Amino acid sequence: MSVERDLFYAETHEWVKYLDGGRALIGISDHAQEQMGDVAFINLCDEGEIISAGDEVGDIESIKAVSEIYSPVSGTVSKVNDELLEDPAALNSDPYGAWLLELEGVTENNSLMDADEYEKFIEEE
Amino acid sequence: MELKTPLYDVHVKYGGKIVPFGGYLLPVQYGTGIVAEHMAVRTKAGLFDVSHMGEVTFEGKDALKNINMLVTNDCSGMYDGQVRYSPMCNENGGVVDDLLVYKKNDESYLVVINAANHDKDVAWMKARVFGDAVFTDISSSVAQLALQGPASKDIILKLTDEASLPVKYYSFTEHVGVGGIDCLVSRTGYTGEFGYELYTKPENAADLWEKLIEAGAEFGLIPCGLGARDTLRLEAAMPLYGHEMNDEITPLETGLGYFVKMTKDDFIGKAAMENKGEPTIKRIGVELCERGIAREECKVFSSDKEVGHITSGTMCPYLKKAVGMALVDKDISEGDELFVEVRGKKLRAEAVALPFYKRTK
Repeated sequence: MSVERDLFYAETHEWVKYLDGGRALIGISDHAQEQMGDVAFINLCDEGEIISAGDEVGDIESIKAVSEIYSPVSGTVSKVNDELLEDPAALNSDPYGAWLLELEGVTENNSLMDADEYEKFIEEE
Repeated sequence: MELKTPLYDVHVKYGGKIVPFGGYLLPVQYGTGIVAEHMAVRTKAGLFDVSHMGEVTFEGKDALKNINMLVTNDCSGMYDGQVRYSPMCNENGGVVDDLLVYKKNDESYLVVINAANHDKDVAWMKARVFGDAVFTDISSSVAQLALQGPASKDIILKLTDEASLPVKYYSFTEHVGVGGIDCLVSRTGYTGEFGYELYTKPENAADLWEKLIEAGAEFGLIPCGLGARDTLRLEAAMPLYGHEMNDEITPLETGLGYFVKMTKDDFIGKAAMENKGEPTIKRIGVELCERGIAREECKVFSSDKEVGHITSGTMCPYLKKAVGMALVDKDISEGDELFVEVRGKKLRAEAVALPFYKRTK
């Protein structure tokens, strides 16, 4: 199980990577994909949707169960990772490369955990 | 408190993700994951710990009479070394459990029951013993491994000679030395694939496991958990107690009529099933036409009318389709358009024939 260094994490196990120009990518952590097991389908909201931090932005169906995904930050959905929707297993093999959504006009969320804090959080969970 | 099977330490060693199931701590999967484990069984081989299953014996001149009163299938006419599947019903025709009857000889039978129903079954059977028959619960002195998949025979032949193995499906042989370990070996399983189930003493289980894993390495054998056991049995449309069966549904209603012999003199539940007449529901396969997975309890609709519910559902790794079994109104037939309510959304689906997967011989 790995925790990527330059990302920020929510207690619900999503990560956010801040990009230039007020944009950000969001995805789920290695720990989350391990818990879910083999992913079968991913359902995501549409481009253009305005999201607040904590809003549900989709769900992931694994063989075992379904898990909701919550956005760790506020912003507007500017891109949906269509390639990932076609190959959902990539979420298991490369959780930090397999981003779900790109947001723009992002407001940084100071209540998220950094990598060290997140590592501690999943150890204690 | 959950019990540990004799293979608990082995599961931990092999990286099993341990969960409570049927009163036992068992691996739901190993590091390889459910899909890889499922595919191994369909294309190569997988090894399962099924030591949680319960085993009881009936011995004496009236052993057969006792069994035939308890179960719905007819166990007379079995040959020594034969296995027969049957539901066991209550007085109302509901299913107490489904089980396997192993005939050793006219006066000795082994019966294999579900772990989750162990206590209930033992109490049920014990209270109904009659005549010259001794009922014994031997569950705690039996470990069980399932070796499943097309390479199973090649693997087991590295540890034993062909002459001592059971040949026919649903038959067994006793005192087979598998890598020098005394086993009862049956050609049975819960995956829809060719394979064997091996019964041995708990103290030999870990040794047997390691020997099979070592013998199977060159054939692609991997350890498999409960997750793959469930997706495999579902793909093969094998019913699971508590899902396709429960103590209120009769075997006739859940598509197990073949295993109910109404011509048999008498058995518990017979009168109730006769009085109930033709079932008004049946078990069917449902294949989703839209993205999503139908899970247990999801409602099934035909047009706007609710016609039943999903009893088990998953994404089948081998068929790569989201399918489920459902108990629905008897008028639904193959090819009908259905809708399955998945988290508030009605997804388009089709009624299909069972099983979803059938092994090509």
